[in-house]
Amino acid sequence: MKRLALAACAFVVAALSGCSLFKPPQPWEKGQLARPEMTMSADPLDERFVQHIYSSKESASGGYGVGGGGCGCN
Amino acid sequence: MKAWSPIVSTALFVCLAALPAHALDVGQSVPDIELPGATVAPRLAALKGKVVYVDFWASWCGPCRQSFPWMNDMQQKYGAQGLQVVAVNVDAKRGDADQFLTEVPARFALAFDPKGDAARRVGVKAMPTALLIGADGKIVKVHQGFREQDRAELEALLVAALSSAKAQP
Repeated sequence: MKRLALAACAFVVAALSGCSLFKPPQPWEKGQLARPEMTMSADPLDERFVQHIYSSKESASGGYGVGGGGCGCN
Repeated sequence: MKAWSPIVSTALFVCLAALPAHALDVGQSVPDIELPGATVAPRLAALKGKVVYVDFWASWCGPCRQSFPWMNDMQQKYGAQGLQVVAVNVDAKRGDADQFLTEVPARFALAFDPKGDAARRVGVKAMPTALLIGADGKIVKVHQGFREQDRAELEALLVAALSSAKAQP
């Protein structure tokens, strides 16, 4: 019975926390993500052009690289 | 019923532990943050009585680069009136910060927080994040990011904080 309760506890922890135990990086931990080789495209000007069109079509922006996704400075 | 109580309490614990830490806000007293390696004071409390501008920056952060000349200006202009700029670096590698500092000189106090303890206590949500702390230890402004057009507004806040510090010493 005790073992069952323990297993139930473990299950509850796993089910409720899900993937939230894996924390996303904090804003000050994004040094690696900010590196130029971490962007999706090679050319920053081209990427900016694409994002400009995307944001006007979708009325959404941000989330691409650190510049647009965390410091409030599009 | 009794068998369920540890399960329920575990569930409650997980739910509560998942709550995010709250970021500091305007009007709150600033906690006594440690400033490791700071050139001016080991802890924030040692600077009480001064108007303190604490800026969290990293070498990889573009707007941080823009903010450094402005912070140099402010320290030079208002340092004599009781302003202290403290820039807390959060780079994981000290070498990156040193490289940045050779490119962008800093003429104000620096601190180094590679593990992000201070940043976590403040609840930094963006890079850079700056706290303007009045002479009474209360937070006057939490500013995220830095743009050239922010200069005037931030300077006005600094001046207001300095004059209210002078009014009630």
